[in-house]
Amino acid sequence: MSIGSALPHDAAPLHVTGSARYVDDIPLPAGALHLAFGLSSIAHGDITTLDLSAVRTADGVVAVYSACDFDEVPDCSPSAHDEPLLATGCVHYIGQPVFLVVATSHLAARKAARLAVVEYAPLPAILTVDEALAADAYFEDGPVIWSKGDANTAIAAAPRQVEGEMEVGGQEHFYLEGQVAAALPQEGGDMLIHSSTQHPTEIQHKVAHALHRPMHAVRVETRRMGGGFGGKESQGNALAIACAVAADRLGRPCKMRYDRDDDMMITGKRHDLRIRYRAGFDASGRVTGVEFTHLFRCGWALDLSIPVADRAMLHSDNCYHLTDVRLESHRLRTNTQSATAFRGFGGPQGMIGIERVMDHIAFDLGLDPLAVRRANFYDPQPAIPQTTPYHMPVEDFIGDQIVAKLEETSGYAARKVATAEWNANSPILKRGIALTPVKFGISFTLTHLNQAGALVHVYQDGSIHLNHGGTEMGQGLFQKVAQVAAGVFGVGMDAVKITATDTAKVPNTSATAASSGSDLNGMAARAACITIRDRMAAFLAQRHQAAPEDVQFTDGRVVIGAADYSFAEAAALAYGGRVSLSSTGFYATPKITWDRTKGSGRPFLYFAYGAAVTEVVVDTLTGENRILRADLLHDTGASLNPALDIGQVEGAYVQGAGWLTMEELVWDAKGALRTHAPSTYKIPACSDRPPTFNVALWNRPNHEDTVGRSKAVGEPPFMLGISALMALSDAVAACGDSTRYPALDAPATPERVLAAIDRQRNV
Amino acid sequence: MTEIAFHLNGAPVRISASSPTLTLLEWLRETRGLTGTKEGCNEGDCGACTVMVSDADGPKALNACILFLPQLHGKSVRTVEGLTAPDGTPHPAQEAMVAHHGSQCGFCTPGFVVAMATAHAQGRSDHDTALAGNLCRCTGYAPIIRAAQAVEDAPVPEWLRAEMGVASRATAEGSTLRPATSNDLAEWYVQNPDATLIAGATDVGLWVTKQLRDLAPVAFLGGIKDLQQITAEGHSLRVGAGVTINDLMGAVAAKLPSFAELLRRYASDQVRNAATIGGNIANGSPIGDGPPALIALGAGLHLRKGDTRREIPLEDFFIEYGKQDRQKGEFVEAVTFPTDAPNLRCYKLSKRFDQDISAVCGCFNVTLENGKVSAARIAFGGMAGTPKRAKGAEAALIGQPWSMETAQSARKALAHDFEPLSDMRASAAYRSAAAGNMMIRYFHDLSGLPVNLLEVAP
Repeated sequence: MSIGSALPHDAAPLHVTGSARYVDDIPLPAGALHLAFGLSSIAHGDITTLDLSAVRTADGVVAVYSACDFDEVPDCSPSAHDEPLLATGCVHYIGQPVFLVVATSHLAARKAARLAVVEYAPLPAILTVDEALAADAYFEDGPVIWSKGDANTAIAAAPRQVEGEMEVGGQEHFYLEGQVAAALPQEGGDMLIHSSTQHPTEIQHKVAHALHRPMHAVRVETRRMGGGFGGKESQGNALAIACAVAADRLGRPCKMRYDRDDDMMITGKRHDLRIRYRAGFDASGRVTGVEFTHLFRCGWALDLSIPVADRAMLHSDNCYHLTDVRLESHRLRTNTQSATAFRGFGGPQGMIGIERVMDHIAFDLGLDPLAVRRANFYDPQPAIPQTTPYHMPVEDFIGDQIVAKLEETSGYAARKVATAEWNANSPILKRGIALTPVKFGISFTLTHLNQAGALVHVYQDGSIHLNHGGTEMGQGLFQKVAQVAAGVFGVGMDAVKITATDTAKVPNTSATAASSGSDLNGMAARAACITIRDRMAAFLAQRHQAAPEDVQFTDGRVVIGAADYSFAEAAALAYGGRVSLSSTGFYATPKITWDRTKGSGRPFLYFAYGAAVTEVVVDTLTGENRILRADLLHDTGASLNPALDIGQVEGAYVQGAGWLTMEELVWDAKGALRTHAPSTYKIPACSDRPPTFNVALWNRPNHEDTVGRSKAVGEPPFMLGISALMALSDAVAACGDSTRYPALDAPATPERVLAAIDRQRNV
Repeated sequence: MTEIAFHLNGAPVRISASSPTLTLLEWLRETRGLTGTKEGCNEGDCGACTVMVSDADGPKALNACILFLPQLHGKSVRTVEGLTAPDGTPHPAQEAMVAHHGSQCGFCTPGFVVAMATAHAQGRSDHDTALAGNLCRCTGYAPIIRAAQAVEDAPVPEWLRAEMGVASRATAEGSTLRPATSNDLAEWYVQNPDATLIAGATDVGLWVTKQLRDLAPVAFLGGIKDLQQITAEGHSLRVGAGVTINDLMGAVAAKLPSFAELLRRYASDQVRNAATIGGNIANGSPIGDGPPALIALGAGLHLRKGDTRREIPLEDFFIEYGKQDRQKGEFVEAVTFPTDAPNLRCYKLSKRFDQDISAVCGCFNVTLENGKVSAARIAFGGMAGTPKRAKGAEAALIGQPWSMETAQSARKALAHDFEPLSDMRASAAYRSAAAGNMMIRYFHDLSGLPVNLLEVAP
């Protein structure tokens, strides 16, 4: 049975030999040209002089374009038509593309791009949350407010209250493969695009728009990305459009890849935000009312900020039943990179707020934070359905079971005691430990995106060509879907050819995002395979005077009573019998409805759950800190591939912990990002993974009828990393006398940790 | 243009590079079509371009993105494509990475595989250190380390052993591009005082890949054996300017373990295999980790111009930010430092433990006699425009009993020794506070109290 097998990534043998081909590795026809952008050097201002004469005459330069070279500057936005490919008179952040160089080599283009003379008349730049609030600089008309019950009254009536504020930093995706695209002009004005994108249909749509051609004139192919994490949902648009426009004008293939520093200066990152909270609770820590205010820096353009900020609101409950809750979300316009999708898509930013509240309440009451969390869990079998703050009944709650199991397997209680004892004897170094749960909603909140298509061919030799709308960025989606397909036909994995995502094979796809890849595309591929299998079965049944349901596809054989064919023989027979061996498949997620203006409905088909225990140690003299151990238990439903799923869980945890500890984006007072390369922006390295790292799957069937009863796994385990921040908070608290809550901001760099420790010690 | 000769994946290559600063990575990908070696950052910080380079000293991992072709003269290069046997048999590290699910997106994987295969060939099992220069954003590293552990006992494949440890196959004759002796260099540099000297290219490489500078004329120092000597002179070591950081680390491991540990956290294995102590000093960086430790040891610097040599205290070399006591045509020949410094402790403070530039690097070296401080040398990186001694703190220690009170007074004095800057690595206030606290850590450290996070067991 292929479904549920712990097979390696389908491309692993290619990865390890260097033969897996990425966009920049694709040989281009002779005469190919290379592109680079010239970037804005100020955060906000009008361009008064744009002298490109030195750029035009530089070695290897073939063409140079600025906004004035277009009747209508192509738009790159996935949402609001507010991202011109090249600045149109005014620049809005440092790093915004101002002009485009086309040259005979990548290096020549980069060199020439530095020769422009650009002068500006500076305008006031809005860089911070406070500046944006003061300037009333909003996307949409103002804050979005959703509520359930009466939080204000409930908080006022509660025996105790806490309130506070928390800064949560953004995060650079740091996909190892930078943004890249290539455009190859075809006959009759058609365009072939190779793009490292999570969203080929969006690339097709934007390129067609830029070229003023129908979508049928543009074909986009994506075999794989070298990492995406949300950073290639919309941020690849500019490169593909630039290549297409230049290729169209010059009649030559064009390729563009960002140098790493350019990539980090130009592209959006995870939204940072400030969270304000106020909660009322009883002596057991049970929350009676809570209010959150989210203040997001969205950057200069809208991009995906509305659904990101919405998803933050949708995760402000996490595993906790909140009866009276008010959520206020500000989407602020700033003169910085346009913040974008990043694994979790706002969910982590929402979830960390309520986890902070739980931690704060526990500190206030002197209770184990786990006891407070538990006191607030949704009831798995409530007499009356319990609803989320957005009025969706929670019908599949298993957070309590997962936490109970993890508490036991991790030895949480004993280690909590041991940590306190260790700290009593260690004046300089202090340990901390925390257990946090995760409940993450699965489905796109823009309901119509929850659809997918697939295209499957069975050839007359029994080999199978598999294609679907999902993209491969390392998560193993292609292998999972291939396992589904092989399972339907009862054949081995070697019979199934995985092929590049291609807008000419499956049209109108959604981004591979929201963890939806295998749920949607697995179901679509399954439908296509079943259609073909049913046709084969009907044909063979007729041939053998049997019922179609008596035709068995298993172990590479097709068996009808006494007749026993290889799958290849069966395919050849069906072909000879003039049976169509090709089919599309389609899937639309059932049950979901969502009204975002009211903040009410069922935006998610189901929830994915998990829990993590992290133990840390901090140096109270410098604030340096490290993770000592992590125990993770994560819900994958009935896993389609436990090896790939464990890989997602481990990787997501380390990435999530990185977000909250060492990964710090720093902008200077002029709005320039100062951390624009791995020399200054530090993602976790090898030794930052927990030295003791116990990872297990809660491998039980999904309550909903998903493919193989599995659950989505891409994003949810990212939020297991929140336990690292809470463990650091615990370690910081060990430096004080339990009178002052640590209020640790993120990322908890050594500097922030030392500041929190100094507050404990009144230094 | 001088001809460059080396072996690539077992086959001889002779080329005349159009530019002496063409990188191996660009040449592999653009000219040879060997696209397995990836560009992740183009500055030596991600390891996606890691290649194995062997010479008479054995195989080493290097970053191809900041490795200029002339640096390869006389060596053997293996890319990820060349790790597989000629008959297609994968290297054990390649098999293990598949079996242990060590690749997800696969883009960092060739670099990891080559770094892992190189460490394997070196017989190493310190995987976290060997792979610190390779970033992965997908896996969280756990499966990669499982793969590395799985191949520890596998023999080095025959097809790789053949080229390891053999003497250079190409003639390593000298040329103006690659002088063979320091005498040749001294003579040429006096005549070309505006030239750029390139040793490991771990910093100069970025002048080319990031600043897009034209460096000509250049001289590559990698072939100058007499600059690569480490010589014991009584209780001192004389270390040639061309000694790599990894070789220096080995040389000080027994006598100065804290210095060695600082150097273990200096960049990454790939960078330490290329970077030299001479470059680390001559570069004049205020945040280089070598100088604070060497200054705390009381190192002397040997400079040479033509036939004229002089020796100065290392600390005097650093005049102010961007300005060193080095004349035109003069180069760093060696550094000498004592090795009998049992109380030397080096503390590197950065956002990430491995492969990060220090926000503060504090190096402490006191001599205690009868419970009193008889001598003290304290030097910091990251606290001023140059690596600099904490003279006020030293004065607060000397002659005083070695006690917490004394340490506290030195900590207070430290606050007046420096006026650090705020930047993306740390604020000025934090730098000052942490530097002062390092003085307290040092006191506890010498008292035997646990102060090292990295020594805490899970």
